[in-house]
Amino acid sequence: MHKLLLSAVAAALGLALAAAPAAAQTPEKIKQRGVLVVGTKPDYKPFGFRDPSGAIVGFEPDIARLVADKLGVKLELEPVVSSNRMQFLQQGKIDLMIATMNDKPDRRQIVGIIEPLYYASGVNVLANKKANLKSWEQLKDQKVCAIQGAWYNKPVAEKYGADIVAFKGQTEAEVALQQGNCIGWVYDDTAFAERLADPKWSGFEMTLPTILEEPWGLAVPLPERDGPWGKFMAQQLEDWHRTGKLIELEKKWNIPASAFLKKMHEQYSKKGS
Amino acid sequence: MTLVVIDLHPLWDWFRVLNESTGIKLTIFYDAFDRARFFNSFLTSVRLMGICLVASVVIGVVGAWIQGSKLRVLRLFTQGYIQFFRNTPPLVQLYFFYFALGSYLKITGANGIAVPLVSNFTWAAICLSFYAGAFNVEIFRAGIEAVPRETLEAAESLGYSRLKAYAYVILPLAFRISLPALNNNLVNLIKTTTIAYAIAVPEMLYVANQIWSDESNVPEMMNVLLIVYVALVGLLVWVMGRWERALTIPGYSPA
Repeated sequence: MHKLLLSAVAAALGLALAAAPAAAQTPEKIKQRGVLVVGTKPDYKPFGFRDPSGAIVGFEPDIARLVADKLGVKLELEPVVSSNRMQFLQQGKIDLMIATMNDKPDRRQIVGIIEPLYYASGVNVLANKKANLKSWEQLKDQKVCAIQGAWYNKPVAEKYGADIVAFKGQTEAEVALQQGNCIGWVYDDTAFAERLADPKWSGFEMTLPTILEEPWGLAVPLPERDGPWGKFMAQQLEDWHRTGKLIELEKKWNIPASAFLKKMHEQYSKKGS
Repeated sequence: MTLVVIDLHPLWDWFRVLNESTGIKLTIFYDAFDRARFFNSFLTSVRLMGICLVASVVIGVVGAWIQGSKLRVLRLFTQGYIQFFRNTPPLVQLYFFYFALGSYLKITGANGIAVPLVSNFTWAAICLSFYAGAFNVEIFRAGIEAVPRETLEAAESLGYSRLKAYAYVILPLAFRISLPALNNNLVNLIKTTTIAYAIAVPEMLYVANQIWSDESNVPEMMNVLLIVYVALVGLLVWVMGRWERALTIPGYSPA
């Protein structure tokens, strides 16, 4: 009886649950097609943002270009957001996803996260100076701006009792914070460094200790993870860490030097020699 | 006296078993945090719908009455209101009110930070009520115009003032004629409340979006949303249908 009920519910949900099989991808197939489609973020300065001409540029598009150049194909950047990027990969709309995604066990069941990982960031709060924020506990029952779909919205709400007010994109969260709709904005610490240098944000500060530090992974469709395409990307990542290519890109985009990249560079340059 | 406590744990746990055996991940049942936030979002949605339904009908009735006013200024004002709210997308209105207008209406809150006077929920309620209200004015106007002029003349000859004739003779008849169209618009209003997620009102779509981002259970949450909205719209349609039948005048409109 138990089984029967389960299968009835399974059948009811089955229609929507049937995942579309992603087309098998190999470096050869991409070369034949002549185009590499990479999902990147258009609203995460300086990791991925639109320049005045509308093109997506930044740290991650540069990584995507490294891959396209290696394959000798044209690069096509597909803008994605946190809440749809994994589906884009599952549906085969993109070959590769480099979209500031943290490496999480449940995400590994959906997309093929490639090791070694390429970056790491933590969570912090850009707060109004007048809020005088000194500890995470002060966020209890306070309105805190956030981005819809960010994985740390739940732990911050659960652990510190913050009242998360999440918006679609960075611009909305920014405006909401500046208008006083929330006392602070909880987000990746890497995204705040550049803002704090801007006089527009002089009334704001980042005083809390960074929490929930997590590495970022780029991903290929799950069935490709251990196939030729996944292995090709893993090899690229090792090369970039060994040669210090990623540290170079970090400098190019004025991102504060991360301890993670330094550590990876040391680790892989030792391996290489 | 014995207090009856229904222990829902076995039921909640059944969904955990469902996940483990089939991969259908309905955390809104077995995860206490997700359950609480989804239930709260349901209440928020229902509250928003309730407020907007009532307010938009009131706006429709009052607006239609003002439209027939002898004062040109009042008529022009109503016309302007209808054109503004009917002819712009509700999402654009929400953004306009919350981000543009909201930035001027401020008070000083705790810590001396200037905080908005009007909350995002209130803006959503205001905006959606006026949006649906604009359509309701036109719907009621159509109903009023369908009432034979002779009926109004008969009411006036019996000594009814304009307001009284509107309230006791025209509106009850016009209302019956308007009901099918009103029904349509209110169903639409219920569905449109989902756009409040754009200004971070924690209604169902907003919370479902956050849950499927946290738990990677997009298809499950999409199904849950679909079922809940079908149920809510179904309930409204059923109530409106009952009301329509209850208001039928034998011989005036087909039953």
